[in-house]
Amino acid sequence: MNLTLKVWRQSGPSDAGRMVTYRVEDVSPDMSFLEMLDVLNERLILEGDDPVAFDHDCREGICGMCGMVINGVAHGEQRATTTCQLHMRHFEDGATITIEPWRAAPFPVVKDLVVDRSAFDRVIQAGGFVSVPAGSAPDAHSIPVRKEDADDAFDAATCIGCGACVAACPNGSASLFTAAKITHLSLLPQGQPERLSRAKAMVDQMDAEGFGGCTNTGECTAVCPKGIPLDTIAQMNSDYLKANAK
Amino acid sequence: MAVTGAVMVIFLLAHMLGNVKIFFGRESFNAYAHGLRTLLEPMAPYRLLLTVLEIVLVVSVVAHMWAAISLARRARKARPVKYVAKKSQAGGYTTHIMRFGGVTIVLFVVWHLLDLTFGVVNPKGFDSTPADRMIAGFDASRWWVTLLYVVAVVMIGLHLRHGIWSAFQTLGLANRARYRALKAVAALVSAALVIGFLAPPLAITFGVIK
Amino acid sequence: MNYVEGAPIRDTKAPAGPIEERWEKRKFGAKLVNPANKRKLNVIVVGTGLAGGSAAATLGELGYRVKSFCYQDTPRRAHSIAAQGGINAAKNYRGDGDSIYRLFYDTVKGGDFRARESNVYRLAQVSVNIIDQAVAQGVPFAREYGGLLDTRSFGGAQVSRTFYARGQTGQQLLLGAYQALERQIAAGTVEMFTRHEMLDLIVADGRARGVIVRDMVTGEIERHVADAVVLATGGYGNVFFLSTNAKGCNTTAIWRAHERGAYFANPCYTQIHPTCIPVSGEYQSKLTLMSESLRNDGRVWVPLRKGDGRAPGDIPEDERDYYLERIYPAFGNLVPRDIASRAAKNVCDEGRGVGPGGLGVYLDFRDAIGRLGRDAVEKKYGNLFEMYERITGENPYDVPMRIYPAVHYTMGGLWVDYDLQSTIPGLFVIGEANFSDHGANRLGASALMQGLADGYFVLPTTIGDYLAAGPFGEVDEEAVAAAEIKVRSRIDRLLAVNGTRTPDSFHRELGKLMWEYCGMERTEQSLRKALERIPELREEFWRDVKVSGTAEELNQVLEKAGRVADFFDLAELMCLDALVRTESCGGHFRAESQDADGEALRDDETFAHVSAWEYSPEGEPVLHKEPLEYEYVKMTQRSYK
Ligand SMILES: Cc1cc2nc3c(=O)[nH]c(=O)nc-3n(C[C@H](O)[C@H](O)[C@H](O)COP(=O)(O)OP(=O)(O)OC[C@H]3O[C@@H](n4cnc5c(N)ncnc54)[C@H](O)[C@@H]3O)c2cc1C
Ligand code: HEM
Ligand code: SF4
Ligand code: FES
Repeated sequence: MNLTLKVWRQSGPSDAGRMVTYRVEDVSPDMSFLEMLDVLNERLILEGDDPVAFDHDCREGICGMCGMVINGVAHGEQRATTTCQLHMRHFEDGATITIEPWRAAPFPVVKDLVVDRSAFDRVIQAGGFVSVPAGSAPDAHSIPVRKEDADDAFDAATCIGCGACVAACPNGSASLFTAAKITHLSLLPQGQPERLSRAKAMVDQMDAEGFGGCTNTGECTAVCPKGIPLDTIAQMNSDYLKANAK
Repeated sequence: MAVTGAVMVIFLLAHMLGNVKIFFGRESFNAYAHGLRTLLEPMAPYRLLLTVLEIVLVVSVVAHMWAAISLARRARKARPVKYVAKKSQAGGYTTHIMRFGGVTIVLFVVWHLLDLTFGVVNPKGFDSTPADRMIAGFDASRWWVTLLYVVAVVMIGLHLRHGIWSAFQTLGLANRARYRALKAVAALVSAALVIGFLAPPLAITFGVIK
Repeated sequence: MNYVEGAPIRDTKAPAGPIEERWEKRKFGAKLVNPANKRKLNVIVVGTGLAGGSAAATLGELGYRVKSFCYQDTPRRAHSIAAQGGINAAKNYRGDGDSIYRLFYDTVKGGDFRARESNVYRLAQVSVNIIDQAVAQGVPFAREYGGLLDTRSFGGAQVSRTFYARGQTGQQLLLGAYQALERQIAAGTVEMFTRHEMLDLIVADGRARGVIVRDMVTGEIERHVADAVVLATGGYGNVFFLSTNAKGCNTTAIWRAHERGAYFANPCYTQIHPTCIPVSGEYQSKLTLMSESLRNDGRVWVPLRKGDGRAPGDIPEDERDYYLERIYPAFGNLVPRDIASRAAKNVCDEGRGVGPGGLGVYLDFRDAIGRLGRDAVEKKYGNLFEMYERITGENPYDVPMRIYPAVHYTMGGLWVDYDLQSTIPGLFVIGEANFSDHGANRLGASALMQGLADGYFVLPTTIGDYLAAGPFGEVDEEAVAAAEIKVRSRIDRLLAVNGTRTPDSFHRELGKLMWEYCGMERTEQSLRKALERIPELREEFWRDVKVSGTAEELNQVLEKAGRVADFFDLAELMCLDALVRTESCGGHFRAESQDADGEALRDDETFAHVSAWEYSPEGEPVLHKEPLEYEYVKMTQRSYK
């Protein structure tokens, strides 16, 4: 396959950035999207150009490090798939592909397609945990957990913190990410003691980071590689309202 | 947003039910309009309750708009650099026309008040009965008024199809088990409102009601 | 490459006496640090995986002042996140006869009698606390309808002791540790440095006193000093280029520590996982593991005939060779990893492999689907099948999966004593980065256990014994400056070459060489060949590598080049270690040492020891042997027939 790529290039935070067009030839349909970019980068290095910087690590869809907006869709149009798990067989020969970084003020561009997502860490710092110092835990079987609750908590807990939800949201909201963590801990007995204070602290931190407000458009869950459901946001709102009513 | 929206939804429902009374004759409709003004009399003076309701409504509208504007501003601040290419993935166009729809609705409400409440742009003027104003307002010769009305009401319907469901979600009342039901409620209420609001003017325009 | 033999080495920290009392004794014997003093003691933890994340969080909770480093943009992305299968613990919740002793026994035996008994026993003891800790943190382990924790049997274990969270156990455990870590960051006890790569260890007055790191965003070279340094930087499987490890996994941190005096133990012990998705082309950048649980229902086979080009569906039953069931009737498709891997290699070497390049075998679910129904199979393995289809474009319900072994885990690492302290005082090494408790072969679901045991429970206790003598005062400025200069000049050197080949192209070539000569099967000849080729390739690297950009920016080519350079040095030591160890054991198979049936043959007379290598700047590494004694588990030859 031969492709035309339009890639966002930005040398650093202070650079304005622009789209640059590249041709990539002899792309195999079995390549992953990132392998296709590897091919481009190997060529750019040898030509003395700066290769396209992008984040990635596990390349198996679990670490949450990769992420780019491909043809206007976070992680590309393949549903429930991270960028690293996207394969070239889903593109047409001769296609033109636009590639952009996540765009949100709380995710400033570091370089090219690399953005700074540390705002997510600060949202977790605000309260996304259960306060149990190592060594203080009771026997694991002392509190049974309903299987349904454990399963629902698990669904929410699978969030990989990639930030696609923010990238896709027309409001630049981080609600799905924040709600996933709140819901995970809210559904388990272990999360109850800090439930309301956690919700309040995390939502307030999310707002303080400069993310937009949620208007329930559902764009987030549509691109989320782990299919985090939208009702986590209702759970978050419910906990948050209760916390504020207190 | 959700609370003010809900207040307006309740108002719209009542308003729509009132409008439908035109089918039961001018008297019925005028009595309803009069009834609104004399609600709870003699316990409360003429128009007191209606005025209170109107204030609540105006406050809601203003607060709702204010919330919508601040959400939009936050959204703009949260994404200072726009995408070169952006494609929506969530099915459903209604979510994307909320703001546009809202603005359309405001413009319409202004016109609507001038037309049927204050009679400024109504052929019958202010000194007429509500039913007269309504029937004259939607006369076939003024088909463009009806058309404008249709467009606006459909807009409201679309706004609410997302808005009602969204309000449940915002208030934390939604969950996976209820999603289908809530979406159905939203669609149903919106549809009822659209039909209820459109029936009288269309009936007038097409001469069913004279 | 030659080597010299040095004095034997011994672990002096494990107390004597009955094995079940040793850890208690050590805990009691370890000096305590008074709480007011803890605030004055600084600890650097490099790595935020299960080992490093849990250690940094726990040290913070105890009141130490911690600095934590990782190369990713957030601590939550450490490669522990990718572990799928589960974590072992001797809870015996099922009452199926499991016990601390049995887990200890299985681990020593599974490691082919090349691990320390005291360490393994402690690991089994601590395993139960890990599950308690994780559950209290909200880790959503699988549960049964009664609300209690579910377990499964994993990797051929005969008891059901593996706790799991669907196929994402590592992720859920890591998020637990990450959240504990973030809590300490918020509390101000831990300071976090993301996108920082450790490039050297500061050793002053014989103690590890800090690290030199590069801020990967600005390129700035920073010095951080402390009273102790903990390395939790994971495994070095990426020396093979293609492995199931994340792209960023590297040996840089431990290799630089090795150069500063920490002994490197058993570098040649490599685990090759039998069920990975085969390579599809030259561009392949990494390999993806398919959970081992697939072997519970899938049957492994290849065509009987060499070069049989027919589609799998067209090959009749009597022309298929279910070779694992044939050779190992007792264990069949469930033989341990090393055995399954080598068997796959053998049939492919015979020319009976399938798929591109003949490097693959079938893992067939036809019979399972026939027996259990498609729905039941989908329920059990649906997400794995989906993952397979996403990568290969083939639907495993219709066409058998193709699998092939791939490098997965490295049992070798920096040598540590019972306290997890390396040969440099004040340098502690935990998780996959140390030479660990797995001997020559790691059992499934035991790495997560070891990482968390080290980080939550062992290190926080043992490091106190060392720190009780601290704070250790100002760090000798000269030592710090020397380390910094070394780092800077190396970066300058890499940028100055300006040759014609990319770092990746060298890495790929090195990886192929290692896979061929020091992979699943090693011979004296292949290893000698590798030891000849590696220095040549390294020389070419330093002469012809092309690193674009500058040092003062985010420069992924420069990062890569630095890591590849260290892989060369490590690769050489791995081959040397493999050459010296002429026996076969666990993940290390020397073709010269096999029994009549082609099974691995240990040589306990000569090799019941840990090989701990000392770096020597002049070139000839020094081999120190740590003899291994077995008081509890009798040494036997493994048999899975
Ligand atoms: C695909 C896969 C599946 C697995 N499945 C299982 C399983 O089911 N059960 C099981 O028990 N084990 C499993 N394992 C093994 C297990 O996951 C690992 O051995 C274990 O998680 C290693 O943890 P760690 O904390 O030692 O290192 P890692 O999690 O690898 O963390 C390394 C850390 O060090 C940091 N780092 C590395 N180098 C540097 C440097 N130079 N400077 C700064 N920071 C650095 C990284 O940023 C990272 O934070 C699996 C492994 C793989 C690859
Ligand atoms: C007069 C009739 C109106 C009614 C009955 C109404 C009702 C609602 C309701 C119920 C919601 C959902 C609340 C939530 O998601 O939290 C909503 C949302 C919203 N409304 Fe209105 N609204 C009206 C007018 C307006 C006007 C005049 C505007 C614009 C200025 C507007 C703009 C919005 C916006 C922007 C949202 C946000 C939800 C989204 O974008 O998804 N609405 N409205
Ligand atoms: S909610 Fe989904 S899209 Fe958002 S960070 Fe988590 S995994 Fe990514
Ligand atoms: S690189 Fe880890 S999720 Fe894509």
